[in-house]
Amino acid sequence: MGVFLVRRLATLVATLLGASVVIFLVLEILPGNAALTLLGADASPDAVAALTRKLGLDQPALTRYLEWIGGLLSGNLGVSYAYSTPVSDLIRGGLAISLPLAVMSMLLTVAIALSLGVFAAARHNTLADTGLMGVSQIGIAIPNFWFAILLILLFAVQLHWFAAGGFPGWADGPLPALRALVLPALALAVVQAAILARVTRSSIIEVMREDFVRTARAKGLTKRQALWRHVLRNAMIPVITIMGLQFANLIAGTVVIENVFYLPGLGRLIFQAINNRDTIVVRDCVMLLAALVVAVNFVVDLVYVVIDPRLKASEL
Amino acid sequence: MSAASLLQARALRHPSFVAGLVLVLLLIAMAALSLVWTPWPAGEMDIPHKLALPSAAHWFGTDSLGRDVASLIMAGARNSILVGVIAVAIGLIVGSAVGLTAAAAKGWVEELAMRLSDFTFAFPAILSAIMLTALFGPGIVNSIIAIGIFNIPVFARVTRASANAVWTREYILAARVAGKNRLQITLEHVLPNILAVIIVQATIQFATAILAEAALSYLGLGTQPPQPSWGRMLNEAQLLMFQAPRLAIYPGVAIALSVLGLNLLGDGLRDLLDPRLARRR
Amino acid sequence: MPLLEVDNLTVTLATGRGPARAVRGVSFSLDRGETLGLVGESGSGKSMTALAILGLLPDGAQTSGRVSFDGRDLLGLRETEFCRVRGDRIAVVFQEPMTALNPLHTIGHQVAETLTLHRGMTAGAARAEAIRLLDRVGIPEAAQRVDAYPHQFSGGQRQRITIAIALACGPDLLIADEPTTALDVTIQRQILDLIASLVDEHKMALLLVSHDLGVIAENVERMLVMYGGSIVENGPTEAVFARPSHPYTRGLFGARPRLGGGRGVRLTTIKGTVPELADLPQGCPFAGRCPLTIPDCSSAPPPSIALGDGHAAACIRLDAVTEAA
Repeated sequence: MGVFLVRRLATLVATLLGASVVIFLVLEILPGNAALTLLGADASPDAVAALTRKLGLDQPALTRYLEWIGGLLSGNLGVSYAYSTPVSDLIRGGLAISLPLAVMSMLLTVAIALSLGVFAAARHNTLADTGLMGVSQIGIAIPNFWFAILLILLFAVQLHWFAAGGFPGWADGPLPALRALVLPALALAVVQAAILARVTRSSIIEVMREDFVRTARAKGLTKRQALWRHVLRNAMIPVITIMGLQFANLIAGTVVIENVFYLPGLGRLIFQAINNRDTIVVRDCVMLLAALVVAVNFVVDLVYVVIDPRLKASEL
Repeated sequence: MSAASLLQARALRHPSFVAGLVLVLLLIAMAALSLVWTPWPAGEMDIPHKLALPSAAHWFGTDSLGRDVASLIMAGARNSILVGVIAVAIGLIVGSAVGLTAAAAKGWVEELAMRLSDFTFAFPAILSAIMLTALFGPGIVNSIIAIGIFNIPVFARVTRASANAVWTREYILAARVAGKNRLQITLEHVLPNILAVIIVQATIQFATAILAEAALSYLGLGTQPPQPSWGRMLNEAQLLMFQAPRLAIYPGVAIALSVLGLNLLGDGLRDLLDPRLARRR
Repeated sequence: MPLLEVDNLTVTLATGRGPARAVRGVSFSLDRGETLGLVGESGSGKSMTALAILGLLPDGAQTSGRVSFDGRDLLGLRETEFCRVRGDRIAVVFQEPMTALNPLHTIGHQVAETLTLHRGMTAGAARAEAIRLLDRVGIPEAAQRVDAYPHQFSGGQRQRITIAIALACGPDLLIADEPTTALDVTIQRQILDLIASLVDEHKMALLLVSHDLGVIAENVERMLVMYGGSIVENGPTEAVFARPSHPYTRGLFGARPRLGGGRGVRLTTIKGTVPELADLPQGCPFAGRCPLTIPDCSSAPPPSIALGDGHAAACIRLDAVTEAA
């Protein structure tokens, strides 16, 4: 187990390093000088040159890369070009919204998907099953930002239960803030849940066909007992993979959804930073997101090994 | 009955396939028709008649600049198809080549190719597409390139997995013993056998591409005005949410139906082309 | 009163080509402590018969007739009631040991599950009993290995574990559906011996399903030969082996390869192939393949003709068979 952990950690570090190189390079080749963008097109060349020097943009790429990595590791994320505030403050502000949003939508997704998936699988080949699968097909086809708009139309414009956008901040207590996150989380969750429900259902149906389920029934377990005690744990294995992969989609979704609801989260931060050519913020944020995705996948791998005893043996 | 007509008969009885096919044909028909005719010239402004309700003259009404929504929807179909086809083509051609090469070459080539493609899965595709289009300039060309680039690892992965399965089969061994080199085997045996998988994946990626283009256009990074785009129409509609909520419905339904159709078609094709199900019952 | 009495059991399966009768009018009985073999090719309906007795037929299957166990009609039982019988009074060992166990549960847990389910035992008591059972079926170092996982055992050992599971509650009837077909020949012997000794020790009734005449010969007192869903011949094993009477049975016996037959001796086969379940003819299922077929064979299912000492065969051309012998 120890060897496995070390090896996986090494892969994790390698992936992160690779990711950082790619991010850095991509932003390197972007056309346009950040300084120029900040000062505007008709700034004097001297002013541009001065700002370039001040921002350290005239240093060779390798030096800047190493400085950046050093900064990341020591917690010094630099200062944003556009806002002249420390990037870490900006990121912290963004995370205060994006993290709860991500957690809420993940919880919603799992709750909806697992219950629907189990329900449909238990009623395999009945009308309920076909109906649910039809609904999930539609769920997958709906763009999440459109669903968000529809939610706003119904719950904000028509029913006035929620605001049409914006975020009140955490200062007044958790309730108003969470309320502002309900519609966004729902919008994110629905599409993901549709996919996950389908995967859950087919996984359960496949596991139900296995011989050991027949053995369980032969022991005298009812269908329901066999489902809960034998089928589900086995069926969850592929489902967990998909959940891990969905995390990346979730992040992608938050970028769009935060724009729909005017939430000042990480997604909006990145978006505006990209538009402002604020390379430092973009770099750090994207790196953070990549790190999150890699970390989540790492956790998924660990969960596998814990759940499936066959893996413990083969990894050692 | 020949294999082809047998397949056709089965296809027509498969509800997913038929429904998907109908929707996709509708999409293509709408796009094709829009090249020669739309109820009103798409994008022609008519300010005095802005925000009109649906009527016999304007089936879906007009938007804030008096443009006929129905015509915009039809023209938008062209846009979606264009992006979908080219982006998927990029991904398919490059990705499949990479996947086939990886499966044929094995060893470090395969390792490298797969590490690279696994790697790109760490980056949420939309995010990277956003980054690319924002940095290199918004517009339809850059959107297509960005979406295309992110299709490459998907096709590479799928192709490699299927190709690997084929390489283990015994008739491949026979071909190798007969002296054929890897390229010949890939082209003559592997590729025809995985074609079904590639086709199914292409259909599904087409759907994803339409969604991605819509998201990019919604954010202002995709197709630029005056070219019509469903995603951008949704953005404009959101700004008019309180005055004309109906405007948000049409483009969204168009996107959803197109994506639904492609997904159903892809699922149907997968069921039909799976050789295990092709036995006569 | 016999422990198990099957009366005119018919099982109809829902297949893609319409309803198919996998079992047609099968009747037999089994006393306590008696061993009965069910022989037939794939598609003969023998496994379906076993599944019908267990109530584990696939969805959409319909049954008619009576299956009476200890006086109760199993076919009419509600599922919750049936669940109390299964695993407790009737147990089963299936063919594929490699996939019969849940890979995520320890073997101890899987053996103990029946005990906690039917006997209400505590986890500790069940575990102790599980160790005893595993030891009895020949798992070495049972006390240490009780917390191991199925993938850590060989096929033969896994089959022993499924036998332990089957035995846990001391059932009255053990159904073994091709228990050794998937195992190596050397292991087959061990497993069959194990089953035989357990059956003897616990005075269980045994219904052994197999396609292998050798397995049947050595392990059961009476046997039934099935073809196309019907019983074509039945009787004491010795009698059937001494005088196979139904043309199909004779074909089966004739088809066994013999050692020392000399080179170039062709293996005897039964001409033709087993018909698909959905296409079974009206009368005798063997009609057409049988060398003695006459038109009357296809008009109605042949009655069972007694041949003495509990030996009977269902054929209207038995006299022709004995002549040809």
